[in-house]
Amino acid sequence: MSTSEDVPMTTLVHERDLLRFTTAGSVDDGKSTLIGRMLFDSKQIFQDQLEQLEMVSRLRGEENVNLALLTDGLRAEREQGITIDVAYRYFSTAKRKFIIADTPGHEQYTRNMVTGASLADLAIILIDARHGVLTQSRRHGIIASLLAIPHVVVCINKMDLVDYSKARFDEIAATYRDFAKKLNIHDITFIPVSALLGDNVVNRSEKTSWYQGPPLLQFLEDVTISADRNLVDFRFPVQYVVRPHQDFRGFSGQVASGTVRVGDEVIALPGMQRSTIKSITFYKDTLPQAEEGQSVILSLDHEIDISRGDMIVRRHNIPEVENEFEATICWMDERHELLPSVKYILRHTTQTTQAVVDEIVYRLDVNTLHRSPAESLKLNEIGRLKITAARPIFFDPYDRNRATGGFVLIDPNDYRTVGAGMIRHSSRSTINELKRDARAQSLQALPSAADIQWTPGFVALTDRVVRQRHQPLCVWLYGGEPVTCHAIASILEKQLFDSGVQVVRLTDENTRSGLNADLRDNVPDIQEADRRHMHLARLLTDLGHVVICGFHGGVSASLSQRFMPNRLLVVSLDGGAAIAGVVVMDTTATDTAVCASTLQKLVADRIF
Amino acid sequence: MSDTKRNTLDILEAEAIYVIREVAAQFERPVMLFSGGKDSIVMSYLAVKAFYPGKIPFPMMHIDTGHNFAETLTYRDAWMKQVDARLIVRYVAESIRQGRVAEEVGINPSRNGAQTVTLLDALTEFKFDCALGGARRDEEKARAKERFFSFRDRFGQWDPKNQRPELWNLYNGLKRPGEHMRVFPISNWTELDVWQYIQREQIALPSLYFTHQRDIVRRDGSILALGEHNRLLAGETAERAQVRFRTIGDMTCTGATESRAETLDDIVNEIAATRVTERGGRTDDRRSEAAMEDRKKRGYF
Repeated sequence: MSTSEDVPMTTLVHERDLLRFTTAGSVDDGKSTLIGRMLFDSKQIFQDQLEQLEMVSRLRGEENVNLALLTDGLRAEREQGITIDVAYRYFSTAKRKFIIADTPGHEQYTRNMVTGASLADLAIILIDARHGVLTQSRRHGIIASLLAIPHVVVCINKMDLVDYSKARFDEIAATYRDFAKKLNIHDITFIPVSALLGDNVVNRSEKTSWYQGPPLLQFLEDVTISADRNLVDFRFPVQYVVRPHQDFRGFSGQVASGTVRVGDEVIALPGMQRSTIKSITFYKDTLPQAEEGQSVILSLDHEIDISRGDMIVRRHNIPEVENEFEATICWMDERHELLPSVKYILRHTTQTTQAVVDEIVYRLDVNTLHRSPAESLKLNEIGRLKITAARPIFFDPYDRNRATGGFVLIDPNDYRTVGAGMIRHSSRSTINELKRDARAQSLQALPSAADIQWTPGFVALTDRVVRQRHQPLCVWLYGGEPVTCHAIASILEKQLFDSGVQVVRLTDENTRSGLNADLRDNVPDIQEADRRHMHLARLLTDLGHVVICGFHGGVSASLSQRFMPNRLLVVSLDGGAAIAGVVVMDTTATDTAVCASTLQKLVADRIF
Repeated sequence: MSDTKRNTLDILEAEAIYVIREVAAQFERPVMLFSGGKDSIVMSYLAVKAFYPGKIPFPMMHIDTGHNFAETLTYRDAWMKQVDARLIVRYVAESIRQGRVAEEVGINPSRNGAQTVTLLDALTEFKFDCALGGARRDEEKARAKERFFSFRDRFGQWDPKNQRPELWNLYNGLKRPGEHMRVFPISNWTELDVWQYIQREQIALPSLYFTHQRDIVRRDGSILALGEHNRLLAGETAERAQVRFRTIGDMTCTGATESRAETLDDIVNEIAATRVTERGGRTDDRRSEAAMEDRKKRGYF
């Protein structure tokens, strides 16, 4: 066996971890040369590979060994001198194993860049020091940002052609850093390199004494990636049910995020059945816990009906359960454009369902971040969409959880994968509001409700909405006889309660002797009572309840300013409407029970 | 596994098991291909782990070229008992006898191409809609762009331009009747990962992988084992040498390496220090620069 004099850096250390990174760049950027240099200088190129490389370089009439040839694989690509697909490369050092997703950088290969970026911990962006920040450098940054790659390394390459100028390096780095501020990039590092000559790739360059940072490979070895893992939100998409005999029913899957321990209280989505983790096993091992990335089998304390596509989560940390959401999509199909109202197959975690695009909110220019209206999306175009799925899916926003925020769209006719999506948020407006800080909402969006301030807690309204499975609403009854008003409020409360709604009923009988005990029957005091009622109703609505208010008096003009329109249903019981948008009922002519049933339907339409 | 620190082998193992389970969940009639080589041994071992305490929910299939080392077949039958799997065997010789494919002629006759015909016929015979294979991306250039789920058209062909983008770990196994999928759970493993895993898990291997005395001939820079399928050509001389095999394929094309590695530890040390790729010993890949790419297009793995 032929061995070289050099001791390879590959070691037998079992404790090496794994870093997946993507490289984007064009032929001219020297991307292939950079990868070739990294493999070559870290002694990862085998002798027969090198011999073949020398032979091919000679055949092509090139003087030096062309390191770029190491990485372009398919004949079609070699003939065209370009890379047309994502190629995966492997190498390792004493500290880490690396998987490179090598993708072409041209605009027409945006889909490949997106594919390569989907699992990457880190992105290398190459900038030619002579040309500075170009459109494509921005494009690569935008894609890294959209795909939420945690770390970005900008290699300013061909430093040898600008005399290793610190000024030039600083200028490019400053320009790019400025641009990156507009993006969702949290960690960005700049390294001056010459891939051709090997400066700062594996070995520190003597020509850039002004550069204090590590060479590229050392940076890749040392960058901390363990903190990028989401170990908080336990999400377990059930992959396959293992049932060897009557006594064992295990749910197999890979932990998408978070950590789970034996004894944890869990629920299964979408059925919302509760149970407790009885055991966590992997092959013959019984584990006390499992965390993000582990493929295990969970079994539960009591039998509940769970199958592939369901998700096991902690009882007090539930993802969004929605069938309407907004997402950023990269369109990948060369045959058909993405069109609204066409049906696609949606694959998300282990779930498969149908989906339809309701609206293209805008198309995003991947070079400039410019948003423009669009009727369709073509191959390699990126856009923001509103999507409705046939069934609710269980997701977290992509930026928080890549494993439960990413999905693909599949053409239902030939089953090709045509789109890659990143869920931004649910598109039900009540939930959207919650995305914003509740305080900012009450102060800015609703100035007259400035008397309500929420300090952020650990339970968001979204959590309440998910658990109780309906939206909050304030139903404000006014006018009519007090007896009728109270009767309708009581019947409505009972009907809603029976259909599983978290409902409360407030009438002046509740408040007269307590909350309003200090008030008298004069105009300022009646206004104050009204303010207190509205305030109380708003508090309870914000806590997720359906609040039926039967104060039977008038209706203040400020009522509609205190609530978001979709959280308020104003009902006039005396046949006349004082303000626009009010539901009118004539309780003198209609039976009380009939009025209550009509109201129940209206409420159900709004909250479910 | 009680230690939850995630090293490379744990990550690769979890990923491969996820992919194998996806196959069981997404396909009606999957099959796992078994060659007797270390990669397919590791893959079938991972399948045991994926479904334990259940059984592997699909059969294994060996496409027998008839040019096997005897040790491979002995090992195969013992291993199948150990992993408790059903084995199907289909023979290239039978395809040749039926006139489905012609035997290669000349020096180094290989049944590599013929194997593809037998494989495709067997997939049709059993209506398999997915075949799991032990190929790795680091083996060869054309494999570097291979997907985990590799789509094959109705003729079993691989069109590099018609592959589905694979994002995150969302694998699209949907297909129309007649089309099928090849799935490669250990795509991201390197040769060294495979050996370190075998070492860690103490998986029993065919004796061919360990050093032994053998009659060999040196031909075109390869060391080939002499035997029924590999006879001396004019001008060649036989030698007795201390060798082992890094990969196991057909006797006609699998080159041996001179080695004294007796144990798994020896092998891992040797692989870690080696400067030649494992396919450097395989004459089938050397036929042309794009040899593998061409074979894959016709339906090879």
